[in-house]
Amino acid sequence: MKKTGAEILIECLKKEGVKHVFGYPGGVVLNIFDVLYDEKDIKLILTRHEQGAIHAADGYARASGKVGVALVTSGPGATNTVTGIANASMDSVPLVVFSGQVPTMLIGNDAFQEADIVGITRPCTKYNYLVKDVNDLAQTVKEAFYIALTGRPGPVLIDLPKDVTVGKTDFVWPEHVKIRSYNPTYEGNKWMIKQAAHEIAKAKKPVIMAGGGVIISGASKELKELAELMHIPVTMTLMGLGGFPGTHSLSMGMLGMHGTYYSNMAVQNSDLIIGIGVRFDDRVTGKTASFAPHAKIIHIDIDPTSIRKNVRVDIPVVGDVKSVLREMLKVLKEEGVREQWSAIRKAWLKQIEQWKHERPLTYNYEENVIKPQFVVEKIYEVTKGDAIICTEVGQNQMWAAQFYKYDKPRRLLSSGGLGTMGFGFPAAIGAQFAYPDALVIDIAGDGSIQMNIQELATAVINKLPVKVAILNNHYLGMVRQWQEMFFKERYSYSNLDVVPDFVKVAEAYGAKGFRATKPRDVEPVIREALKVKDRPVFIDFLVDWKEKVFPMVPAGASIDEMIFEEKKEEEEKKLRAVK
Amino acid sequence: MRHTISVLVENKFGVLSRISGLFSGRGYNIESLSVGETIDPKISVMTIVTKGDDQIIEQITKQLNKLIDVIKVVDFIEIDHVEREMVLVKVAPKKENRIEVLKLVEIFRGRIVDSGAATFTIEITGDEGKINAFIELITPFGIKEFVRTGKVAIAREGTKRQ
Ligand SMILES: Cc1ncc(C[n+]2csc(CCOP(=O)(O)OP(=O)(O)O)c2C)c(N)n1
Ligand SMILES: [Mg+2]
Repeated sequence: MKKTGAEILIECLKKEGVKHVFGYPGGVVLNIFDVLYDEKDIKLILTRHEQGAIHAADGYARASGKVGVALVTSGPGATNTVTGIANASMDSVPLVVFSGQVPTMLIGNDAFQEADIVGITRPCTKYNYLVKDVNDLAQTVKEAFYIALTGRPGPVLIDLPKDVTVGKTDFVWPEHVKIRSYNPTYEGNKWMIKQAAHEIAKAKKPVIMAGGGVIISGASKELKELAELMHIPVTMTLMGLGGFPGTHSLSMGMLGMHGTYYSNMAVQNSDLIIGIGVRFDDRVTGKTASFAPHAKIIHIDIDPTSIRKNVRVDIPVVGDVKSVLREMLKVLKEEGVREQWSAIRKAWLKQIEQWKHERPLTYNYEENVIKPQFVVEKIYEVTKGDAIICTEVGQNQMWAAQFYKYDKPRRLLSSGGLGTMGFGFPAAIGAQFAYPDALVIDIAGDGSIQMNIQELATAVINKLPVKVAILNNHYLGMVRQWQEMFFKERYSYSNLDVVPDFVKVAEAYGAKGFRATKPRDVEPVIREALKVKDRPVFIDFLVDWKEKVFPMVPAGASIDEMIFEEKKEEEEKKLRAVK
Repeated sequence: MRHTISVLVENKFGVLSRISGLFSGRGYNIESLSVGETIDPKISVMTIVTKGDDQIIEQITKQLNKLIDVIKVVDFIEIDHVEREMVLVKVAPKKENRIEVLKLVEIFRGRIVDSGAATFTIEITGDEGKINAFIELITPFGIKEFVRTGKVAIAREGTKRQ
């Protein structure tokens, strides 16, 4: 029996094992929504904005490692997903986005709600399709999922003209897919891996720099084995946090613009950087000309274009991180077990300990005003590190990266490459769908949360116990920080003057709202919030608006040119070192 | 340094735009670009002339390879190859110069493909040096219109990467 394109589409999703689709209806996709109306195996999660849908699909994908799926209408529905698609593209998140399109006959005529979404998203998708014939639909969907998830993952968009989803044909599911022009390299070059292993064995002051590729490739175990076998300290990019346990004695936390002193010092003094699944983004390298000036650089990444894009590389290894690390461990074990690595590394690790001791991650605790870092620290304590943390963008994001320790991969979902305010909350919703029993917390800013605050409705209707910890400083804090430090305290349009009463906003949507105004409220409020299991919770932490993120490397400086918090004498005593 | 890069692509809707978008989006320069079908109508070949230091050219070839529709990328810099370009020039020489123009065309083994009361349209094919030399010599006679195809290139038979 022949099926309509809409029916075929849903059949394809079932074949791909899709359980959740995040979406929003409109004219040209009504027939697809009509099929979903009776569908038992696939749930459409109606968000309140297409940007919410795409970020939710993204959060779902980041948390689970599966492909996130979104379905939106043509024109404005499609264009509303563009930020989220670009966001997923920058952070290599596998998404398949279905957009409705006006009938093929009308394409190009400026028809009602027509937008050239394939043209618009060409530079920010891994690939995109306009399906012109219902007979191509199943094959296209199969390819899209394959492309999204393999190699360096990324978003794929499929534009579906109305006549294609209405048209009928036999449903034939292609079991296999082969694209002659697309063959990602998984196995690294053995000779290169051997060279890399030899460099590692020779190095006196090696540093592993781990990025999101470690997490995507599922290589945490191999990374830990490598670090422990060779006694190499590990620093991570924002995207890499959790790829190596944050509480491990070899962990140095994050590097770069707001990285730890010891990470940046280690990199700058290192004689060998082992970049694993990283792309040497400018927020990490600072001034590239003086990045790791004494080090040889080994760079392992599945995407050849990442290599030598930003920094010079001595030993490039193109391949899947997990498979390359396995091979490298084999070589090292065959050739290097005789060496006493712990003895060889002693001086270097001692130096790093000293840097850690000299300038730990700290802040000036105060009795009467809540420091935002204190909130993150308390969330870490109360959750015992066992939560999925999403972040918005700005200071909140950096404090979430600095003061929460991520011991497992896929526990920090943050918009790294694009830095998209409004990402965290919908991403948390997506993550909660992937893991209904997990504790999911969005660490938010008062500015960012207002960018997708409408998704409270989505969380309420689905009874999602997502927690949103708003570090409310009444400012676009990160912007304010830059203005204070680099623009002579000229706070041009960074004061949010009117910030809504977030407790009331939450309650108006049928969610729960809490507020903490004093440091002593912080922990009890977190504990109260964690008890709520049947609806989302907003916690409004009124924090010190003057607080800044430190250390900080000014834009364009070398990463060892860090600015630190000024410490007042009496506060010196209260200085809290975070271990 | 200038490179001639040949890109074998799936002959699909939107491919040209993917390639040109890559160049504009990443700030690479395109001096010329020509596209045509190969013997297999499902595959097209694009010949792109671009400029950049080694690092940029490395990025360009890698980025091209990364595009899903790209089957193969060849940078001719390391390969012994033949390059050709064609130009069509419409000249309007003064009466007393017409013979001289015709001689020039002959010397360059060009052809007159159209002629009007006061104009010749000349077709010249050759490598860059020849084309440039011709343009230089013909310019004084008064060029009215001028179009060039952009370069195409093919490896010489039996040659390997040098
Ligand atoms: C969509 C978007 N617009 C603008 C920016 C630029 N930006 C970066 S951080 C920031 C301030 C964020 O304010 P808030 O959410 O309150 O966080 P805070 O820094 O105060 O913690 C802005 C405007 C951005 N990253 N994303
Ligand atoms: Mg703020």
